[in-house]
Amino acid sequence: MRTLYFFSCLCFLFFSFKTYAVDSPEEMLANPQLEKRAETIGSQLRCLVCQNETIEESSAPLAKDLRQKVREKLVAGDSDEKIMQWMVKRYGNFVRLNPPFNLYTSLLWFIPILSFFGGIILAFGHIRKKTNCTENLSAEEKKHITELLHEPRP
Amino acid sequence: MKDIARRRLIFSLPLITTLGAGTGFYVMLSRLRTGSFDPKEIKTPQISLPYFNLERVSPFPSFNRNELLRQTKPIVINFFASWCVPCLTEMAILNQLSHKIDIWGIAYKENSHAINEFFSRNDNPYKRIAQDTKGDAGIQWGLTGVPESFLVLPKGIIISHIPKPLSERDVETISNTIG
Amino acid sequence: MALHPTLKHGTIFLNLKPFQIRKIHLISEILSPELGHYLLALSCCLAGIQFIVPLVGCKAKQASLMMLASPLAYAQGIALSLSFACLITASVTNDFSVLSVYQNSASNKPLLYKISGIWGNHEGSIFLWCYLLALFNSLLALSAQPIPLKLKSRALAIMGGCSAGFTLFCLLTSNPFLRLWPAPLQGQGMNPLLQDPGLALHPPLLYMGYVGFAIPFAFTVAGLLDNTIDLAWAQFVKPWVTIAWACLTCGIALGSWWSYYILGWGGYWFWDPVENASLLPWLTGTALIHALYAYTRTESLKLWTLLLSISTFSLSLSGTFLVRSGLLNSVHAFTSDPTRGVFILALLACISGSALLLYAWRAPTLAQETGVNPLSKEGSLIFNNILLCTIASIVLTGTLYPPFLQLLTNQSISVGKPFFEQTTVPFVLISLFFMAVGPRLPFKKTNSQHLLNILSIPAMLCLLIFLTSWFCLHQFLPALTLGLCMWVIIHTILNYAKKISFLQKSFQESWRQFFRLPYSVHASLIAHTGMVVTVLGITGMAFATHTIVEIPLGDTVPLAGYEWTLSSVQTVKGPNFVALKAAIKIAHKGKVVTWLFPSRKYFPEQNQIVTHVSIETNFIRDLYAALGSSKETLDKQHPLYILRLHYNPLAPWIWIGGLIMAFGGIITLWPSTKTKFKNDCL
Repeated sequence: MRTLYFFSCLCFLFFSFKTYAVDSPEEMLANPQLEKRAETIGSQLRCLVCQNETIEESSAPLAKDLRQKVREKLVAGDSDEKIMQWMVKRYGNFVRLNPPFNLYTSLLWFIPILSFFGGIILAFGHIRKKTNCTENLSAEEKKHITELLHEPRP
Repeated sequence: MKDIARRRLIFSLPLITTLGAGTGFYVMLSRLRTGSFDPKEIKTPQISLPYFNLERVSPFPSFNRNELLRQTKPIVINFFASWCVPCLTEMAILNQLSHKIDIWGIAYKENSHAINEFFSRNDNPYKRIAQDTKGDAGIQWGLTGVPESFLVLPKGIIISHIPKPLSERDVETISNTIG
Repeated sequence: MALHPTLKHGTIFLNLKPFQIRKIHLISEILSPELGHYLLALSCCLAGIQFIVPLVGCKAKQASLMMLASPLAYAQGIALSLSFACLITASVTNDFSVLSVYQNSASNKPLLYKISGIWGNHEGSIFLWCYLLALFNSLLALSAQPIPLKLKSRALAIMGGCSAGFTLFCLLTSNPFLRLWPAPLQGQGMNPLLQDPGLALHPPLLYMGYVGFAIPFAFTVAGLLDNTIDLAWAQFVKPWVTIAWACLTCGIALGSWWSYYILGWGGYWFWDPVENASLLPWLTGTALIHALYAYTRTESLKLWTLLLSISTFSLSLSGTFLVRSGLLNSVHAFTSDPTRGVFILALLACISGSALLLYAWRAPTLAQETGVNPLSKEGSLIFNNILLCTIASIVLTGTLYPPFLQLLTNQSISVGKPFFEQTTVPFVLISLFFMAVGPRLPFKKTNSQHLLNILSIPAMLCLLIFLTSWFCLHQFLPALTLGLCMWVIIHTILNYAKKISFLQKSFQESWRQFFRLPYSVHASLIAHTGMVVTVLGITGMAFATHTIVEIPLGDTVPLAGYEWTLSSVQTVKGPNFVALKAAIKIAHKGKVVTWLFPSRKYFPEQNQIVTHVSIETNFIRDLYAALGSSKETLDKQHPLYILRLHYNPLAPWIWIGGLIMAFGGIITLWPSTKTKFKNDCL
């Protein structure tokens, strides 16, 4: 199936042929606000035949069709969410570059918080160690340390 | 001593994570080689029969949404195009499948002339053919390329979407599904 | 003026005198692909010996065996250099009987791209990887650092082990010297998109970064084996980390710049798995630099530093693995091959797995660390590490989540730019905040009253900047970023002022003091400034405007206060392409600012069209134009041309910032005059 688009989406060595996104002014909407909205929606939708491009970036024919579809629906007055849902209904969550939050993606969405607070907790263990190591000292030892600290340097 | 052992356990967490990831990768790679894992595969969702418009291709019997709804036996809908090489290679399988089930073809982004020429060179596996000139019906069906096939039960219930050329295995699955 | 014929690309050999041709024939006969192949196999054996002999020597306490490590490393470096020369010779002399040359070259390709084409494909890039590893290996052997023999020979042995693994991989699964018989008369040519000076330099720099982290890794493993992780150890590792990090920074910046000007629509970062694979070692490498700094000054974070050093190299390796395994959906992916994937995975498991096992075994027995005061420089360095590692874990999870989810639950999802932007931006902003505060804190202990004093006035100022810009721009995020960037800059200036006792001593005294500052002070301040410049560039790009128009010759389009006029379109012939070149006049209020010459090159061999954008920059904004397809109109006299015009404010800052960061790192390598640490660096 994807062999069909082989020539439009050749995935070569380092980088592929990301050429133009919208490559013809005819595709753009006359209303700049709507066009801006279309670009925002388009940049959240994944091109299905290419590897990791948005439909706004891709030059594949299907991406072009989908771009057109998004713009058609915008002109018809659909809301951004409605268009997104329309796409997801047909192509599944694969089409969304911003994965929805659900049971399966919860780990993904929680990772930032988990690793940040995990790091903080780890670091706190590190800090506590210090307070412990001075508290465990006897009064005599503490006195000795203060003496050492206040001793004038040679 | 016990403390060291406990600490060793904690410090082997990175190792365990890495080994887990490595095993995952190994399973992926070995499945990739047998073909049972494809990271590029799109799992398209089950959809109810979409609204779509098709055009007639002159000598062939045509169809539309209503006719599909009216069917009393399962149908395979196959999107194809004469300009697509995998479609050409799929024809043999389709001809084989056409003995078991009716296949209706939708010519994707095509013109009648090219379709006629295509079937002057190849056996026609399709009972009916219609065309989707602009690719709009394709989008309604959730098409990601050609050839792709859909198994449609009576009353227009789509029960499977095969987003790649049909293989022998798919033919078996389809014949098992329809009994 | 026409070029002298010998200077024209691709015709070099046609214009040589007979004796010169004979000379070249002689060179190509001596440096034959067979010799290269043989030398590759030889260096694999040498690396294997380098891995085993010094380790045996350390075990048997035989200094003579340990001392063998360095000569072996030199020998391997020389063998692979010659082998590399053989491949270059084959490519330059158009020896199409070599498969990789046939597949990626053609006789009319410009000389530069004949050389750079070597690493423009899978086989060649693995070979380059091996070669750079061997070079670093020799450099380590050559370095004048006063490393104890045992540590050095063990580190070299580890380097040898890595090198042996990779050369074996190169030999067995991706051999660049494979022959093709009968030899074709012409090669298949190179993807025209890759025929670009930026891309000639990008892979070597990036790989130098990846491979450079092998040395800290080798030191870590050697130190763990040796049980000698101490301050001297950290001093040995530091310059190597810095070199690798600086190369990686430049490599990433160059890659980003390349996609900015080659793709024709101004995108510079896509959060693509391949880009993420290069970003991950950069993030952990940056964390490693900071952790090492904290360790050398306060002896804290020892175990963490070791783990970071192992994981940075492991991430470099896994990046290479993932790009070539075909497991990730990437636009940049190499031709993927699961067999190669399994080989690299096994290699990865051996290298990282054994290092982590050693870490798990040895690290707990190392001396307990001293604690850290959170309100001190080392405290802020720890926080920096938390932030960087959080970002790294987001990027890692986001990149690997789709394949693992598919493996475990058979669902396919995509994780792309919107996800990464939402999740990483808050952490980048927090790190910007602490990037300013950290360098102002002293080590060990801070008086919180003093801290409040130094922070309050700049904080008010930046809050004011933030609120004003929010009011003016009507956008929260850019305004906040601007405020935070100013926050860092103000603190950098204040920091310098304090360090050189500005206004407290005479101007000349301060000036002299500036040059006497330790390099590490400059390094951190410069690198942080570089980061700010990059962030400002990215923020500026949020205000980029563009338009796509279809106009005939002579028409004018207004964009961002400039008038863009399409003056002429000409056909130009190149060595292996035909180009359509447009001339666009850009004027501001009637005054001509500049001319842009975007072109569209057609490469008949590959039957492919490549667009070359034209960019004019004054380092505050880029004027950017690309030429699209032309359309014949009905009267055929006045064709319409599609133009894509961009106005990108602050765009060049993104890459300039990267260069500044790398420069900040490089400074520390300069032999310090003050400390007289002659052997501190290379």
